[in-house]
Amino acid sequence: MAHPTVTEEATTSGPAPFESWGRYPSYNAVVRPLHWQGDFPGVLEGIHGGVLAVGMGRSYGDVCLLKEGTLLQTTSMNRLLAFDPATGLLTAEAGITLAQILDFAVPRGFFLPVTPGTKYVTLGGAIANDIHGKNHEVAGSFGNHVPQFELVRSNGTHMLCSPRENPDYYAATIGGMGLTGVITWAQLILKPIVSRKIDYEGIQFHGIDEFLDLKERYKHIEYTVSWIDCVSRGKNFMRGIFMLGDHSKDPGELKPSPKPKLVFPIEAPAFMLNRATISAFNTVFFHKQLKPHVKTLQDYEPFFYPLDAILKWNRMYGKAGLLQFQYALPWETAKEGTIAILREITNSGLASFLAVLKTFGDVPSLGMMSFPMPGIMFALDFPIKENVSFPLMQRLGDMTRDFGGRLYSAKDACMTPDQFKTFYPQWERFARYKDPAITSSFWERVTGQEGDR
Amino acid sequence: MSASANPQLEPTLSTRRNTESAATGPKRILVLGATSGIAEACIRLWAERGDSLYLVARNADKLAAVAADARTRGASYVNFAVADLDKTETHPEMLAHAINSLAGLDIAYLALGVLGEQPRAERNFDEAAAILHTNFVAPVSLLTWLANYCTQRHSGTLAVLSSVAGDRGRKSNYIYGSSKAGLSAFLAGLRNRIDREGVKVITIKPGPVKTAMTQSMKGSEKFADVEKVATTIVKAIDKGQDELYVPGIWRIIMGVIVHIPESIFKKLNL
Repeated sequence: MAHPTVTEEATTSGPAPFESWGRYPSYNAVVRPLHWQGDFPGVLEGIHGGVLAVGMGRSYGDVCLLKEGTLLQTTSMNRLLAFDPATGLLTAEAGITLAQILDFAVPRGFFLPVTPGTKYVTLGGAIANDIHGKNHEVAGSFGNHVPQFELVRSNGTHMLCSPRENPDYYAATIGGMGLTGVITWAQLILKPIVSRKIDYEGIQFHGIDEFLDLKERYKHIEYTVSWIDCVSRGKNFMRGIFMLGDHSKDPGELKPSPKPKLVFPIEAPAFMLNRATISAFNTVFFHKQLKPHVKTLQDYEPFFYPLDAILKWNRMYGKAGLLQFQYALPWETAKEGTIAILREITNSGLASFLAVLKTFGDVPSLGMMSFPMPGIMFALDFPIKENVSFPLMQRLGDMTRDFGGRLYSAKDACMTPDQFKTFYPQWERFARYKDPAITSSFWERVTGQEGDR
Repeated sequence: MSASANPQLEPTLSTRRNTESAATGPKRILVLGATSGIAEACIRLWAERGDSLYLVARNADKLAAVAADARTRGASYVNFAVADLDKTETHPEMLAHAINSLAGLDIAYLALGVLGEQPRAERNFDEAAAILHTNFVAPVSLLTWLANYCTQRHSGTLAVLSSVAGDRGRKSNYIYGSSKAGLSAFLAGLRNRIDREGVKVITIKPGPVKTAMTQSMKGSEKFADVEKVATTIVKAIDKGQDELYVPGIWRIIMGVIVHIPESIFKKLNL
């Protein structure tokens, strides 16, 4: 019944299944919240086995999981610490979400310098996965806009990290998957906007050459991304919509976003995801845009975060969850590799709703383990089907490796140790900066240390 | 804890800008127990609308983070003091200093409180006394001074966090519950005395809320969202509502619970 009690029936909660956004894999872990910057490493007292800081759990695979370990959830360590409207420099605790930053920044005429496809990730998580957005060509990845942060190690050392102070820990922590310590606070340079609106254009295309032409023609536009159909073959192979946008230059309303109300209500039964429904979805999506070329003024919410409007949309993939496949290929092999991999995916008949194609620019990432490389990036969700999904992921991973590309750890549940070590040959150097008390199921899997703990 | 020992600490002091208390302008708000989860969520809302804040809590690092957050969100003034509010003898000086710093007072918000360890408190009177002191005796000390300060000016709001747990004692948390029962009774009496003097007394009774205080409790993931609770509280303080259950469903739940006959209630496992 009622109110605050601490009794024998109500002590610290034990291990319970913890899921990432892909809902695969799911591992038991104890969750301990970090409420204050000073909570770590004191919270480690009495904890045996490894720990891992986790924010919103929006990465897809096991990079935010720790089987039978302790997850330190940072989301209530979410205070704003300082903001300078002259420079856009924001200082905040690492558990603040990008949604909370937007609620603060947009009414003041500022926006995130780089944003992923969901705003429900934490600042610390955005750094730890060195996330990228639709403006990679001009802005680089998230870490490029983080001039400084504090890293606390499990031995109690507090390190100020920037390109000048502790530069190797700075580089190891950006894209370091949370393994180098706990980020307590960070600075982020926001950029000025005058309106919530985006000058949006959507253009239909067929095939990779048309895509590359469009990319070249619109390279002065800040945000570009394409949705492509991975189901259709023949003349509709690689048809898609090239979407581009810039922040509107016409001063407009800067009110904060309303809170989303829709929640995906149930886990969809498996039969709902089959070739017919997915193919229908792709056709509808392609023709939702009736004309080959549309131009409109659009709010930033549907432009950047179309899926955030439906909370828990990952339930659409049912109980089994989903796998995401996301690669980057260098320009030398980008075109040939993309066609080959997409053909493999189309032929598998396993493709699903949202496939995203975009290009990465030349701005170098500051992280030692960052994912982006100049070339083409592609991402696709697969429903999990016993016996077929995993062998396909293995084949696609090998193809990515053979084309000289790499997969994104924040989205991965399938990389083999051999693939990982080829994608990230610097992993041994990175391992020197890892905190001995911190580990993740991803790290144990791809370094081949599963069960060593 | 006599305030009159030092004339400088008399409640009559610091009237200098009290008359400026504009109904529409930024409110001058004193928050006691400012690092509690519910208090912090309210502080964010007050800061966002540009109120002036004076924050008091025991832990300097936590308080500094809460104050920085309030300042960044747009509070027109933020100051804070590190103090152990269990030490009632320090209250008059601390309160006088806070009100001077705010140049007057519109709202005093009391959020100090501990959950305590019920099983330990059942065996150990010192533990029970410590819970009663923090949750009941210390607020009474603060409210006595504040009530007299406000009564002399015929203005001000005293908003105090009590709990639904004070509505009826039950075996799993009756030490905490009785401290809050005492506080609720004190507030009802105080309201009866000074409402007619133009001073609002607001009794806030939260049900279980998801905060650091309740994180170790069973089922805490289902507790009320602290931001929603804070929004309701801030609105109720603006309206000057006498008594508030939050979330509102707890008025009904406790309405039922207090009416269960004792002959049955004593056999329940609550």
